[in-house]
Order: sequence, then C-alpha cells, then structure tokens
Amino acid sequence: MESKPIRVLVAKPGLDGHDRGAKVVAYALRDAGMEVVYTGLRRSPDEIVKIAVDEDVDAIGLSILSGAHVALTEKTIAGLKAAGCEADIAVFVGGTIPPRDVEPLEKLGAAAVFPTGTPLNAIAPKIREIVASRRRGA
Amino acid sequence: MATRIETESDGRSAPDAAPSQGASNGRGFAEAEARWRERIARNRTAAARTSSGLDVDVLYTPESVSHLDALGDIGLPGEYPFTRGVQPTMYRGRQWTMRQYSGFGTARESNERYRWLLEQGQTGISVALDLPTQLGLDSDDPLAVDDVGRVGVAIDTLADMEILFDNIPLDRISTSFTINSTAAILLAMYLIVAERQGVRLEKVSGTIQNDILKEYVARGTWIFPPEPSLRLIVDTIEYCVRHAPRFNSISVAGAHFRDAGATAVQELAFTLADGLTYVQRCVDRGLKVDEFAPLISFYFYTHNDLFEEVAKYRAGRRLWARLMKERFGARDPRAMMFRFGVVCGGSTLTAQQPQNNIMRVAYQALASVLGGVQSVFTAAWDEAFAIPTEQSAGLALRTQQVLAYETGVANVVDPLGGSYYVESLTDRIEREARAIIERIDRMGGMVPCIQSGLIQKEIAAEAYRHQQRIENGEQVVVGVNKFTREEPERRQLQLWELDPKLGARQRDELARAKAERDNGLVTRTLANLRDIARSERSLMPAIVDAVRAYASIGEICAVLREEFGTFQEPASL
Repeated sequence: MESKPIRVLVAKPGLDGHDRGAKVVAYALRDAGMEVVYTGLRRSPDEIVKIAVDEDVDAIGLSILSGAHVALTEKTIAGLKAAGCEADIAVFVGGTIPPRDVEPLEKLGAAAVFPTGTPLNAIAPKIREIVASRRRGA
Repeated sequence: MATRIETESDGRSAPDAAPSQGASNGRGFAEAEARWRERIARNRTAAARTSSGLDVDVLYTPESVSHLDALGDIGLPGEYPFTRGVQPTMYRGRQWTMRQYSGFGTARESNERYRWLLEQGQTGISVALDLPTQLGLDSDDPLAVDDVGRVGVAIDTLADMEILFDNIPLDRISTSFTINSTAAILLAMYLIVAERQGVRLEKVSGTIQNDILKEYVARGTWIFPPEPSLRLIVDTIEYCVRHAPRFNSISVAGAHFRDAGATAVQELAFTLADGLTYVQRCVDRGLKVDEFAPLISFYFYTHNDLFEEVAKYRAGRRLWARLMKERFGARDPRAMMFRFGVVCGGSTLTAQQPQNNIMRVAYQALASVLGGVQSVFTAAWDEAFAIPTEQSAGLALRTQQVLAYETGVANVVDPLGGSYYVESLTDRIEREARAIIERIDRMGGMVPCIQSGLIQKEIAAEAYRHQQRIENGEQVVVGVNKFTREEPERRQLQLWELDPKLGARQRDELARAKAERDNGLVTRTLANLRDIARSERSLMPAIVDAVRAYASIGEICAVLREEFGTFQEPASL
C-alpha cells in the first residue's frame, strides 16, 4: 500500500490566531505529495480529533504559537486515545516552542516536534518516515 | 496650528525646483551619466531587489528624480503632503515614544513590569492582552483555560484594570492597547480608571488598535461579523471625538499583514485600504472628517530592508495625505497626517543564534527613525521562543535609547530626504501601493476582498515564497542558511516561564469581583446593552455602564455574540 498518499490534518488548537506557519507548512506538505486538510482557527482538541477521524488522516500537525502547546497537545492525544485512534494517527507539534519543552512533548506522545527555526524540508520526510513505520506496524 | 495646507495646485508648481541646477548642467549630467552607464555595463554587477521584489539600480542620480517636484511631492515637514514628516521639527521638538509591548499573567505582575519599564526610561505603555481577553472570554471559560495570561495580561473586569494602572499617572503616561474585537470594552475600562485617578477625559491620551479588518486576514482575534464590528468601531471613534478627543480611537495596523507574509508594499496598500474603509464608515455615520480623522493612527512592522522601510513610511505619509484630500476633502492638516508606530522584530527574529536578533532589531529601529516614526517597540532577542525576561526586555529598550541619545540620527528632520535612491523608491512605493488600492476599490473594497479570502491567500502565498527563497539560499538569513553552527547552548537558554498557578489566581480575582458587585445592576446594564444592540444607537454608553457595574468581558460579549452572531472564516488554503 505504498502508493496511498499520506493525509495530514493541519490544525490550530486553542485561541491563537497566528496561522502563517500552519499555512506555509500546509503548502509544503501539499507540494511534497501529501493530502492536506486545514482546520482554520480556534479548534478545541475534541473538535480536532473528530475532524481527524472523519477525514481519516494519518497525521495531525498542531500549530501553536501562544505558549499553550503542552496542555493542548496533551488534550489532543488524550482525545485520540479515547477515540481509540492513537496508533493510527500520529501527532506532530510545531510553533513557538522553547527548546526545554521538546522532550516533555515527546513524552506526552508527540511523534515529533518542530520548533521555530525548523526548515520546511525537514518536516515532510519526518512525517513520511513515521507514518510509514506506523502503517507497517498496523 | 502653525501649519497650513498648501493651496491647490496641479502638483507640479515649481518646474525649476528639481535637484539639478539648470538646463545646461542637467543636459551635461545626463550625457555624463549615459557615458558612465555604458562603461559600468562591462563590470560585474549582481542583480538586486528590495524585499518587496522591486528592482534596484546600482546607482541613483538627479535623473532618477527629475520627474519629482521639490514642493508638490517632497515639500517641507509638517506641511502637506507630509513626505518629510508630520511635525515641523520632528525629534528636535519631541523624542519618539519608547513603548515596549508588554503584559503577562495577572494585572499585578504586569503592573510591576510597567512600573519597572517606566523606571528604566520607557516613555509610554503598550499593553499586551491575553487571548481570552482579546476574544471576549472570561478566565473561567472552558475555552480559555489554557490561554489565561500567556501572551498578555488577563483582564476580566474593571477590577483588573484598576490594578493594572495602580500608581501609574494616566495624565502623564499614554497607553496603547493592542485590542480589537473587545476594544470598546477595554476603552471603557481605561477611561473609568483615568476618571477615578481624577484625570479629565479631555486630557487622557492613548490608543486602542480597534482595527478588526486585519484580524480577519491575519492574527485572528475576530468575534463578530464585519458589519456589527464596523458599527462598534464607528461607535468608539464617535465617543472619543465627543468625550476623549486626545485618545486615538483607532490604530490601523499593517503590522500583522506583514508578519503573516505580506511584502512592504502590500502591507502599506492593505493598511491604507482598511483606513479608507473606516473613514468612509465614519463619514456615512455623519461624522466630519476634520473632526475624527486626526484621531486615526497607523501601526507597522519594520523589517530588514532598511531603505525600503524608510521609503515605505515616507510614501505612506504622502499617499495618505493625498487620499484624504482627494477622496474625503479633508482640510485640517491633522486630518491628513499619517502618524504611526512600529514594531521591530516579529517574523524576522530567528531561533538560530538568537542573539543575532539584537542587531536585526537595532537596524530596524534605525530604519523606523529615519522613516519619521512616532513610537517604537523594539522586540527582545528571545521572543522567537517565549515572552521576554526582564533582562532581555531591558536590553531591547536600551537598543532604542542608544539610537536616540548616542547616534545623532534624530538631530535632523528626514535626513534621507533628497537622497536620489530614497526619493525614487518613495515615489515607486507610492505608485505601487496606490495601484493595489485601486485594484481593491474595483473589487468593492476591503470587506468583500476579505470575506472571499482573497487577501488571506495572497499573503499566505507570499509567506510560502519567502520561506522557499530562504530554504534555497536565494535570501540569506545569517545563522539560518549561512554562517551556521551547532548550538548546544540553545537548550540552556534562560527563558521566561509562566507561573503554573496563574490561571487559578486569575479565576479567584474574577470570583471576588463578582462577589463584591451589585448583581442586579449588572443584569440591568446587560439588558440595556441588548436593547441598544438591537437598535441603531451607539453601543458605547451602554458598554460604559456595564463596565462600571463590573460586568465581565465574557458577560458583555455573550450578549453581543447572541445579538450579532460570529464571523465565519473563509476556507483559505
């Protein structure tokens, strides 16, 4: 099933309205051959999980610039677990994330963290690698 | 006022005022320049463009500006068309305001930071509000819990505003609020606090951003749809004209277009197009342009291309003055003045080698001052990671103090005026921006262009192109794609941390305010607000009454949300 394109939900959780990064990443993933769905602003973690399940995505990319990344990532992953989807949908986190928070986010279950300064061309390969290994595991 | 509007002319009143000295000299120069250009055609000359993609020649000469009129296009500072500055003596008369955007946690912590910044020589306050406050949610709202006090200070009721300005004299300090959807409520709170300090409303000065249109495009703190939002804006402007005539009731902001990806030219054009929309709405209400337009100010990002930024501000002054005169028949010079503040930093700050940001911000501040700015916020070097520490915030303030007091750049008004390059670029940007504004006019103005998502798409596409230029090395960013190194020390940065108990403390403050107020009065003022919302009368007096009764932002906005509905974001990828 290598030919099935990867589907990604680019999501803006919480109240933060800065969507430059989310849109630029969405364009880059599209150019890398992925199918991208964008939530628009101000979605609750529960809404994001619901859209992810409905859209049958392989990955969620959370974009958070407000500093609330730890709480919002935790809630999104908890929502995926409650829906029984944590093995099928990988969570990636990007935004204004201080270096000290990368490890805690990974411990919460984020598949990878892309803090400020991550080059675009590092994101698609990482998502592809993780989604591929999850698909093999499934 | 010492200034006078120039009498109407065709804008080409002084043919012999061009920079060249006379016809024969001019011809001699043109021939010499042609010879020179032929000679250098053999030299290696790298192509260059401004950050907006405008071609840049290797040299500018009197020929580059021979079509400009020394009086009609460039003129004198403090006089129409204000190309050289809004004040006749600029910084010799009054230093620019040093206003660092700041706020976090509860009103107590932020009040302490403001007083510290004032002790350090800051000359105005700029209040950063948290997202729940900007979105009309109380700190105990389930949607707000993760965002309380994070990107700014949490304000729920008038009680918080009283603490925020405790021991800060509002007759001497002006305050700017980056607030949009809930601007009318914050304005009411501030005016009541000033009144309780014994300051007469006619003397209160400050600014509310109050610019909803750009929130729909970038930054995203919208609540209501465009029509009721525009009504609220006109209500606040009208209220300030009548009661607080020194308060800038709107600061039309291009900064957020820019930081979302717009070029300098787009930033200027979209901002002035928004400004024209607000002016038209006020005129439609029956307000007189010479009465309300002096209260309009502007806000921009200064990014890295130094001369383009200077030219952007000079072009902005000239174009706004011309548009106000041409389209609205403004007669009072103050109604044509493009007064502006800037922020230096934002998306130009890098996480890689973050201390390089200190230099970026310093150059941006220099460009702003050479561009004739009225107030400057220099961001701190660590803002690519978190809100600044006291130490980094202090260094950011020192950056503009060194510029103001040690470099001598503020001694002469518009020192780059007459530079062949800067005048030529000013003219080019004015023409480019005007063309964009006219294109928006033909599509029905900014409101339909935003509702369709057109502006959003143009900006996002530009942001993507910019990122691609960085990644393919076409655009050098020091420390990011050139002169890079491993930075193990980045993990050890001492960054600001939020007090984990903050949310609970703020919820306690809100509970206390609600326990101490007269709930019957709150209910009555909110019912009155609902009646007014259903009428065509100004909302401002009803909002002032509700705020005075300690109704919370969440309670006031709940009424308005029920009456006005909420904005539906266009699909915009």
